Amino acid sequence: MIEATTRYFGLHAQNLSGALGRLLRHPLGSLLTVLVIAIALALPAGMRVFLTNVGALSGSWEGAADFTVYLDDAVTEERARELAGEIDARADVDQVDFISRADALEAFRAQSGFGEALDALEDNPLPHALVVRPDQSAVDEMQALAESLDALEETAQVQLDTEWVARLRAMLELVERTVDIVSALVALAVVLVIGNTIRLEINNRSTEIEVMKLVGGSDGFIRRPFLYLGFCYGLAGALIAALLVAAALALLEAPARALAELYASVYTLMGLGWRDTVILVGGGAALGWAGAWIAAARHLRAIEPT
Amino acid sequence: MIRFEDVYKRYPNGREALGGISFALERGEMAFLTGPSGAGKSTLLKLIALIERPTRGAVIVNSRNTAGVSRRSVPGFRRRIGVVFQDHKLLHDRAVFDNVALPLVIAGYGPRETGRRVRAALDQVGLRGRERDAPITLSTGEQQRVGIARAVASRPDVVIADEPTGNLDPELSLEIMRLLERFHEVGVTLLIATHDLKLVEHLGHRTIRLVAGEIAADGLAPGGSEPHRPTTPDSTSPDRHGSRYRD
Repeated sequence: MIEATTRYFGLHAQNLSGALGRLLRHPLGSLLTVLVIAIALALPAGMRVFLTNVGALSGSWEGAADFTVYLDDAVTEERARELAGEIDARADVDQVDFISRADALEAFRAQSGFGEALDALEDNPLPHALVVRPDQSAVDEMQALAESLDALEETAQVQLDTEWVARLRAMLELVERTVDIVSALVALAVVLVIGNTIRLEINNRSTEIEVMKLVGGSDGFIRRPFLYLGFCYGLAGALIAALLVAAALALLEAPARALAELYASVYTLMGLGWRDTVILVGGGAALGWAGAWIAAARHLRAIEPT
Repeated sequence: MIRFEDVYKRYPNGREALGGISFALERGEMAFLTGPSGAGKSTLLKLIALIERPTRGAVIVNSRNTAGVSRRSVPGFRRRIGVVFQDHKLLHDRAVFDNVALPLVIAGYGPRETGRRVRAALDQVGLRGRERDAPITLSTGEQQRVGIARAVASRPDVVIADEPTGNLDPELSLEIMRLLERFHEVGVTLLIATHDLKLVEHLGHRTIRLVAGEIAADGLAPGGSEPHRPTTPDSTSPDRHGSRYRD
């Protein structure tokens, strides 16, 4: 049992090292194929990184999707708190923050630098305000929510730039969908490139395949070296794709930081991350394996001893 | 060990290669298959190795009717048959050792057992110590001996050879045939297709002569020194045929 297991893994290790050896024996040809795969894979991977960064940026803008409901001067603080509770209970509302006129004045004083000017005022000119965050699922009904908030008798004004938020969301969704489609196309391309490479390899080694069949090599035994070859192509391509993405990020890092500084922000670019790197490399290897499998299934059977 | 029962083989193009072949080769028997080109020698061997299947009739190898061997079972079936080719079909991208080891690796032998058997097989064909050589550096005769070593490395019950001396001069041919005889002596069933009638006569084993897909003669080759004996390999001696061929 142990011996059989050892032999099984030994055979696989042999196939793997054989495949690597084959790649290294024709370094230029292998490199070109691997680079084609790498560039193809780097495209959707890079787009995903871009999306992740934009998503993180827009996350910090999410406050823009909040309504600010300014209340009538006549509304008391107790009534304002009550109202906050009532609005919070609505299904299309995620969260309501109450900002009293005193808090607002404090914040304004601290942030605006008009502290002394404000001291000159007798009364607090600011109204109570409610910051209403719509529920995520109710994004489409934001307009309706705004109207109903506006209709409240305590409301003085409702402020929201819904169109801007909607546009950004729509755009992100469009880009995300595009990345999905590009990813699917690239996956197909990688399968085809590797499949074709393996097909050529099978044709080049038809004598060997014929001899193996003659001395009793099973389909699995004959197929295995080609599957490993496809696996190696996919794996190497994906690893280089990850490097390409990292290199692109390194090139963009300085300008991104300069841009962030202009906005007095400390935003740093995010890379692929561990999880996405594993997905990229594992996916590349799996695509290589799949491409080789398809080529082997189609072409190995055609080679029979005569 | 090998039995043909009224076997017909018609190729898809309509050519009838074999028309009603019946014969039996007992365990440990050695026979030559002769006849002019196109008589069906190669087809007959292909039916044994399941490279082709009969159109009609039964081919029984190792007590197994080939009709019952599914496509998936063909590899396992072939592992019990050693095949020697005219062009040896060696793989030139690997050393002699790896060529001979191929059927053993396929059969799942571990590295130690494989090494042992490869060395034994190379020893038997007189190529001990040439394991690391590339086949291309060997002479044609030596390459054929590597081919034979590969055919016998996994100790199959049946060895078939298609014109194993087709590319060799008479002296090398005799050498190769003597080598094959030695396997016959240890009990391997051997069927050798050849058109070298002089050599066949000289060696004097059972000879099946095919003409136009039918058996024209079956028996001891004329000129042979012994009557046709189906089996008992231990009663034969390596030098029983003398050295007339070299004269």
